[in-house]
Amino acid sequence: MRQLKYREAIDEATRQAMAKDERIIVLGVGVDDAKGIFGTTRGAFERFGSARVFDTPLSEAALTGMCVGAGLRGLHPLLVHARNDFLLLTMDQIVNNAAKWRYMCGGKLRVPVTIRAIIGRGWGQAAQHSQSLQALFAHVPGLSVIMPATPADAKGLLMTALSTDGPVICLEHRWLYEKSGPVPEEPYQIPLGQAGLLREGSDVTIVAVSHMVLEAVQAAEALAADGIQAEIVDVRSLRPLDSATIVRSVAKTGRLVIADTGWKSFGVSAEIAARVGEELFGRLRAPIRRVALPEAPTPGSSALEQVYYPGPREIAAAARLCLEAAHPAALPERPAPARPRDFHGPF
Amino acid sequence: MRRIRRAEEMIVERYPEEEIRCPTHLSIGQEAVAAGVCLALRPGDTAVSTHRCHAHYLAKGGDLRAMFAELYGRATGCCGGKGGSMHLTAPEVGMLGASAIVAGSIPLAVGCALAATLTGSDEVAVAFFGDAAAEQGVTHESLGLAALRRLPVLFVCENNLYATHSPLRARQVSEDIAPRAAAYRMPGVIVDGTDAVAVYRAARAAVARARKGGGPTLIEAKTYRWREHVGPNFDIALGYRSQAELSRWMERDPLEGVARRLLQAGVMEAAHRERIDAAVEAEVAQAVAFAKASPFPSAEQLCADVE
Repeated sequence: MRQLKYREAIDEATRQAMAKDERIIVLGVGVDDAKGIFGTTRGAFERFGSARVFDTPLSEAALTGMCVGAGLRGLHPLLVHARNDFLLLTMDQIVNNAAKWRYMCGGKLRVPVTIRAIIGRGWGQAAQHSQSLQALFAHVPGLSVIMPATPADAKGLLMTALSTDGPVICLEHRWLYEKSGPVPEEPYQIPLGQAGLLREGSDVTIVAVSHMVLEAVQAAEALAADGIQAEIVDVRSLRPLDSATIVRSVAKTGRLVIADTGWKSFGVSAEIAARVGEELFGRLRAPIRRVALPEAPTPGSSALEQVYYPGPREIAAAARLCLEAAHPAALPERPAPARPRDFHGPF
Repeated sequence: MRRIRRAEEMIVERYPEEEIRCPTHLSIGQEAVAAGVCLALRPGDTAVSTHRCHAHYLAKGGDLRAMFAELYGRATGCCGGKGGSMHLTAPEVGMLGASAIVAGSIPLAVGCALAATLTGSDEVAVAFFGDAAAEQGVTHESLGLAALRRLPVLFVCENNLYATHSPLRARQVSEDIAPRAAAYRMPGVIVDGTDAVAVYRAARAAVARARKGGGPTLIEAKTYRWREHVGPNFDIALGYRSQAELSRWMERDPLEGVARRLLQAGVMEAAHRERIDAAVEAEVAQAVAFAKASPFPSAEQLCADVE
């Protein structure tokens, strides 16, 4: 199958969905500019023009409400933000309106709105351009939250979002944008609420979110070298969450490591751990381990960034701890993770 | 206007029974704004509102029985019993709902107008809101967006001088909100919100302008709520506003004002008014009876209509 980059897959999904459904419009700050949100919206602009793909003022709250209103009146807006941190300006519209309008109206109206937003990391993005805010949105009934980790999932999940009659928030990790993978050419959809089983294994389950899926793959390879077979579940969709696949895997392995791009406390990893605890109490062979961000905002300095983000090493260490194959205290000092070659400054 | 007034008076009468178990924000005294604006609209035009939405819902053509059923929390309510007083919705007549967050629904009207524009319809959208909404950023963002794209929106501010118990002068440097429209290069019109005819004329002009592609208008209607912020009572004893002030506004009763003009102009006879009153009385009573006779939503409805 042909290979596409993650950003190309998003671009293709948008164009294919728009070709199929004239209700879809794309809007947001810079969607039609030369860079077109890292190359994900420019193609739609070139294909469909300014009537359906247009730049907007930096009025995040009103834009979101405008999308809700347009959705109520038959359009399907795709609102794009270059950083998910900007969504904090729109919380009233997302949480009080988009998520609830259908319910408050007793089901008479629906809100077909898709919101894409990007999680930054590295290159000194610091505290307000790097947050991984999925837990805030996944907490709210009425919203769907997806976090595709592969190009194929990015296309399939986004196409699903653009055909869904409810509000969907798609959080994309900036570091995934240049990654390539096989992506079918024809339009296709991946259902919301269906996790992906990325690798089978018998010893420990690693449930990973977004970019941590890639880290988990590396961790699994390192573990395999020591004869430990890790199974990797890519969550893909946080709400609805595919508990069944996660529980099935952990029931098999008896051990669980959860790797999230967000903070640990009250986060996605807490929710997944709780669900597994509720379902599998007594059948777990080791305490659940979580790999997530330290309890601090993101530092700007690259030296601090390097110790802020956990990676394959931490995931593997957590898995070994589950297997009691090693003790983290015995591990040497954490080496600086290499900056991926496909990510460059200044942005 | 009579339906709105009588329906809300019925809420006042019934509220102590505690069968209406939701906060109700009454529009008594403000009816001319909803009536005047909605008379200038077509059924296909859309409207969104706020926590104080009874008048807008009814003026837009919302079903009275479904409204009372909603207040009573019944399955036959306009929101199936899930919205209550603050989220009245009647999509069949263009009433698309209401947000209980101040200014929260304003951008939705902008979105309705955007959809109309992009689909080639000449529909107009209306956002009803109160004076405190002018203090929130999303209002200004919405005005800016609508102005930039020349969207067919009426921003209708019901300036009733108070946000809960906080007077306008404690919250804003100007007593007028309409002049802010100038910053967005749209007309800003101040009308007497107790005069339904004046409101209608302002709305009609704004609607005509919007339908022709002339863009949005901000209409500020000077008005006053007679009752407390939320609930059926008078609240003069709280001391944040005076009986004298309330009395001055009550002398400008929007219903009496329009009735007097119609009678004087010979358009309506006293007997006709009595017939209207009697018909409304019967309709409101039937709506209450309908609501009380209706079933509550089943438990299965709790988690329906979510995702």
